[in-house]
Amino acid sequence: METAFTPWASLSGGVLIGVASTLLMLFLGRIMGATGILAGLLQPKSADDFAWRAAILAGMVSGPLVVWVVSGQMPAVQVPISPFMLVIGGLIVGVGVTYGGGCTSGHGVCGMARLSPRSIVATITFMLFTFATVYVVRHIIGVS
Amino acid sequence: MRIIAGYLIGIVFGVGIAISGMANPAKVLNFFDIAGTWDPSLIFVMGGAVVVTFVGYKLVFGRSAPLLEEKFHLSTLRDMDSKLIGGSAVFGIGWGISGFCPGGALPALGTGRWEVFLFTAALIVGIFLARFLQSARKSSAA
Repeated sequence: METAFTPWASLSGGVLIGVASTLLMLFLGRIMGATGILAGLLQPKSADDFAWRAAILAGMVSGPLVVWVVSGQMPAVQVPISPFMLVIGGLIVGVGVTYGGGCTSGHGVCGMARLSPRSIVATITFMLFTFATVYVVRHIIGVS
Repeated sequence: MRIIAGYLIGIVFGVGIAISGMANPAKVLNFFDIAGTWDPSLIFVMGGAVVVTFVGYKLVFGRSAPLLEEKFHLSTLRDMDSKLIGGSAVFGIGWGISGFCPGGALPALGTGRWEVFLFTAALIVGIFLARFLQSARKSSAA
């Protein structure tokens, strides 16, 4: 499935992700990592800890709705794979981010931005494995 | 105050993810498919986010503490262990299969699409599975 090249929309989105990451550190002193926020929500340390995490998640979920209200269009979610692959992928992502201690937002954006050696290694590792996996799935197994 | 700040920051993040294309698996998978239907858009997401956060953190870390907390909560881990590298490799495989990462999927829940809920449910099961494996290993080592 082809998708259009959208440098400006993607850059604007990236800038907003950076603004959100900066503001979360400024106000709450936390890393804007989806894995960390979700994991803490599933096993909160206290009611207070649960509350700010739930608030961020609620805000995240509101994001596409804000885009919809402002632009009149719901952001595109095109899923070119089967539900079975989606479940397998989700399970694998859940295991990987738990052992790896973060994902694209925590390691890839926040960790890289503070030049954390662990995050740089994590990001290079998962990017390489994602490239390799997509190559194998689409061009060797031939699912696309 | 912390809840209001958290909610508003979550919205900024969610809007960013939504317009960037990170919530769209077709776009994510195409970014990684250089040999096929390549769409380089996501390099602009990563580039924009890292540069803004880098500058933002420089300013924020000039302070001794955050505005609504007593201290910054930052990882103090330094070791490049097998958990970090193995876990990241496994995450990459899952991302390459599904096209969703946690930061893309959570805001995408707001679109109401069932595929996102299915992925997120599997993601949560995966997190609990990893925790179970970790604690089983700890108790057998003890």
